[in-house]
Amino acid sequence: MIRRLAPGAALSLVFVVAALLSYLWTPYAVDGMAIADRLKAPSGAHLLGTDHFGRDILSMLMVGARTSLAVALVAVGIGMGLGVPLGLAAAARHGGWLDEVIMRGNDLVFAFPSLVIAILITAIAGPSALNAIIAIGIFNVPVFARLTRGAALALWAREFIMAARVAGKGRVRISVEHILPNVTNLLIVQGTIQFSLGILAEAGLSYVGLGAQPPVPSWGRMLADAQTMVALAPHVALMPGLAIVFSVLGLNLLGDGLRDALDPKLREVRA
Amino acid sequence: MSVLSIEELSVAIGGPILRDVSLEIAPGEILALTGESGSGKSMTALAVMGLLPRVAGVTGRISVDGAEVTGRSEKALCALRGATMGMVFQEPMTALNPVQPIGRQVAETARLHRPLGRGEAETLARAALDRVGLSEIPLSRFPHELSGGQRQRVVIAMATVLRPKLLIADEPTTALDVTTQARILELLRRLAREEGMGLLLITHDLAVVHGLADRIAVMNRGEIVETGPTGEVFAAQRHAYTRALFAASRHRAALAPRPPGPPLLEVSKLSQSYALPRKRLFAPRPRFRALSEVGFGIRAGERVGLVGESGSGKSTLTRALLGLEAPEAGGVTLGGVPVSARATPPETRAQMQVVFQDPYGSFNPRHRVGRLVAEPFHLMPGAPKGPEREAAVAEALEAVGLSGRDAARHIHEFSGGQRQRIAIARALITRPRFIVFDEAVSALDVRVRARILDLIARLSEDYGLAYLFISHDLSVVRGITTRVLVLRRGEIVEEGPTEEVLARPRHAYTQELIAAAPVLPADLAAGEEIHAT
Amino acid sequence: MLAYALRRLVSLGLSLVVASLVIFLVVEVAPGDPASFMLGINAQPDTVAALRAELGLDLPKWQRYLAWVGGMVTGDFGMSYTYRTPVSEMVMDRLWISLPLALYALVLSTALAFPAALLAASRRGEAGDFAVMGATQLGIAVPNFWFAMLLVLLFAINLGWFSAGGFPGWEDPGAALKALTLPAVALALPQAAILARVMRSALIDILAEDFMRTARAKGLTRAQALWRHGVRNALIPVLTILGLQFSFLLAGAIIIEQVFFLPGLGRLIFQAISQRDLIVVESVVMLLVFAVILVTFLTDMAYAAVDPRLRRRA
Repeated sequence: MIRRLAPGAALSLVFVVAALLSYLWTPYAVDGMAIADRLKAPSGAHLLGTDHFGRDILSMLMVGARTSLAVALVAVGIGMGLGVPLGLAAAARHGGWLDEVIMRGNDLVFAFPSLVIAILITAIAGPSALNAIIAIGIFNVPVFARLTRGAALALWAREFIMAARVAGKGRVRISVEHILPNVTNLLIVQGTIQFSLGILAEAGLSYVGLGAQPPVPSWGRMLADAQTMVALAPHVALMPGLAIVFSVLGLNLLGDGLRDALDPKLREVRA
Repeated sequence: MSVLSIEELSVAIGGPILRDVSLEIAPGEILALTGESGSGKSMTALAVMGLLPRVAGVTGRISVDGAEVTGRSEKALCALRGATMGMVFQEPMTALNPVQPIGRQVAETARLHRPLGRGEAETLARAALDRVGLSEIPLSRFPHELSGGQRQRVVIAMATVLRPKLLIADEPTTALDVTTQARILELLRRLAREEGMGLLLITHDLAVVHGLADRIAVMNRGEIVETGPTGEVFAAQRHAYTRALFAASRHRAALAPRPPGPPLLEVSKLSQSYALPRKRLFAPRPRFRALSEVGFGIRAGERVGLVGESGSGKSTLTRALLGLEAPEAGGVTLGGVPVSARATPPETRAQMQVVFQDPYGSFNPRHRVGRLVAEPFHLMPGAPKGPEREAAVAEALEAVGLSGRDAARHIHEFSGGQRQRIAIARALITRPRFIVFDEAVSALDVRVRARILDLIARLSEDYGLAYLFISHDLSVVRGITTRVLVLRRGEIVEEGPTEEVLARPRHAYTQELIAAAPVLPADLAAGEEIHAT
Repeated sequence: MLAYALRRLVSLGLSLVVASLVIFLVVEVAPGDPASFMLGINAQPDTVAALRAELGLDLPKWQRYLAWVGGMVTGDFGMSYTYRTPVSEMVMDRLWISLPLALYALVLSTALAFPAALLAASRRGEAGDFAVMGATQLGIAVPNFWFAMLLVLLFAINLGWFSAGGFPGWEDPGAALKALTLPAVALALPQAAILARVMRSALIDILAEDFMRTARAKGLTRAQALWRHGVRNALIPVLTILGLQFSFLLAGAIIIEQVFFLPGLGRLIFQAISQRDLIVVESVVMLLVFAVILVTFLTDMAYAAVDPRLRRRA
């Protein structure tokens, strides 16, 4: 069990630690330009090389991890915070008008891919990391609402819920006491998946200039800057890309590991 | 030559599953393989079909119609399956591919083994469906358009389209109603006799065995403990396990006579219907009448049974009784106070509890037993707290034969029978006057079932409980109730003292039900009574 | 079947109406008047007023909404504020790059995912399965625009097999397809990874179904049973993903167009945003949403074609 969780947990941990550490220490200052050192290949002095302004890529990646972490975390928070209660409410009043409204609203949000939402928001309010968070977060709401509703509906048909109703408990209380604890595993697993999707989405938005704006460092914008120099100094484009791949991979592996570890069916077999 | 011969078959998957199983079936012979769940019946069937999981370690010999199964290559096994041996499974609702018409699924068996054109295979499929009594059903139907009994007939047609030498039927009627069961069993018997096909019938139900099988093999923990002609095994019962099984199968709880108390539950003219999907666009939605003007009363301390097949309205009635769903018309009162979906006073609700069928789905898997059992305390304003509550939980657990220490354990640590005991403890905790047992023993093995029935009878005595025991199984209702109601298509068609209704049913439907229910021979009751405790 | 289709059609229409309202309102609250933006800071107030009247900006909001929607239904998307050319012409030109790119990618991703999923599901727990699962795990983690940069580096710059960007137009379909190949591969690979995983787990779920055991009892081999009875049932969840993927691909195309300098909808919309050409933004977003809703409808129809149980339900 530990063995299945370990690779994902380790990669995710590196990602989080790098982001947190950057508040205290980075190998070089990220705003320190040194044109003389521009586009240096990885070496002892600059482990991952330098970019076209001579900035240390490792330092930039560490600070950029903060942006990715913050955007994805808040976006997942928005998605769960709104989506889970909506899903629970829809299931508790299955077939009622509330269920209908919530599900139609979900369909509507699904009709706007997150990038389109970001474009709309940017068109009004201008590009920023905050707008990227909102764009990704809104798209997370129906994901969690649907997941919660589906799982909750299956639970509402179970006899232990009937037993709770015979014991006189109301829908809200049953939702909180019996339904929510039994969908947490699913939510944790989906949470890690949405987290990794959030990192990818943030990178994409920043790449096209709709996400974090200078001087806030971000992986996506590092890639946009590197694009014109890809033939000259491939490492400038390679490093931020690898950072994205490894952090997303780590989170996905963690999600898979958690799914296996938390799956009650698997636990039943072991018991 | 025998169509099936198993010699000293042993199977291990991790631990041993089957040990030295030996069986023979002659052409046209029906052999019943019986035993409780986990005894290895189904594994034996899968071993014969060569469908055991790949990790299984197999020793011994199996041959079907002279052809070796053990040690045969996968490709050669495929040539046997469907042609020389066919199999029918328990769950007709899921045994057919939902996205293919039934005709194509039956014809597939034929085309797989014979060089037939589409038309020829369809002719064979038509003939097979006619043989199983589905001559009215077109080949183009999809499984979801058929009833459970019809689907099982399709599965049988699929298994017998090439007239195999051996047919294996694994609990073929367990998921079906009694009346449907009788017809499917008759069909299997006829096919075996007319086609000279050997039939390996796997069933947990000794009454089914009695009416059908030529020979019987009793299995326990992966071993065959007794085998012989059905009559002889039934009469002699040489092995202790066989005797215990027989005793439990016809076990009846001891119900002490009790004078009728004052009226407790009143159900008056209860009606409920549900909207069905529209047949055509814009056509009004047709309604399905689940209950129509159902009325009955139960007195304090009375033990009443309710018998009905699937679709009779049992579940709707249960939900209305418990006030979980508002009926369209009519009402329920308990001790004179109305019970409704919206506003039942908690003290009235506390007077009424329920025990469900599924011992696995009845509990929140995340809570400990103590919390689960104490849940109905929610209804009592002055419910005990702290140590008093723990004492009450312990008392309830001890009343159902468990220990007070079990309160700290999780539900997955208990077996099915123990879970039903915990469900009963939960129902008892508020000291109710009335309990609904909704198919409460249907998912249990016979020996466990007998013990739970005894427990229910004893608790009813100790606590002066009235109950409504809902079941599809006449023999269970007979042993645990003094009065019975027969529900059919949402109406109560017959009502009276249990013994009288079962002995002299007046309504045609009750007569049909009783005729269809397989029974163990009465003279066996005179045999040695093993106490099922 | 007809009733089912009609019901879905009504729901599709409703979604479109609500989506158009949302887009219109969101764009309406945007600060900044397009007319004054177009004319610059030094414009005379009466010139601005005249331009506002010409663009219809002085009408009440509901009239402008109706005019916008009415125009779109008849194919008239209005005039670009910046270029003073019909928006429909601008969009049509660009659509002929974005739409083929998304479809090309969809075909590639399906062609990659199906065999991989079948292989993995039929050899569950064996080496082939592990290889496919490992590759898909990696595929999901790779951002498509970065993957696109790597493709350019390898196939355009180092090997010189493809051009690094640009689009020659459809006069020479071969050249056009060639120009779209690297972008399509970049778009398709991560989607193929997701599709393969969904399809594999759908197939594995189906393998555990009772009717697969029935199929084996008939004498079908494992592979035959999977092919004849498994695939069609597994298509049901896969169709959902295919529908969702189309919208991801359209949106993804917007980003990929930046990498390859393709003059598609993506470049149009970014240009329009920077020039506050809101009517173009509105129209392109509406078009994308329409495409997504239409694909959802087609997915629903495909469900009914695959699953006879749905056809009966009204």
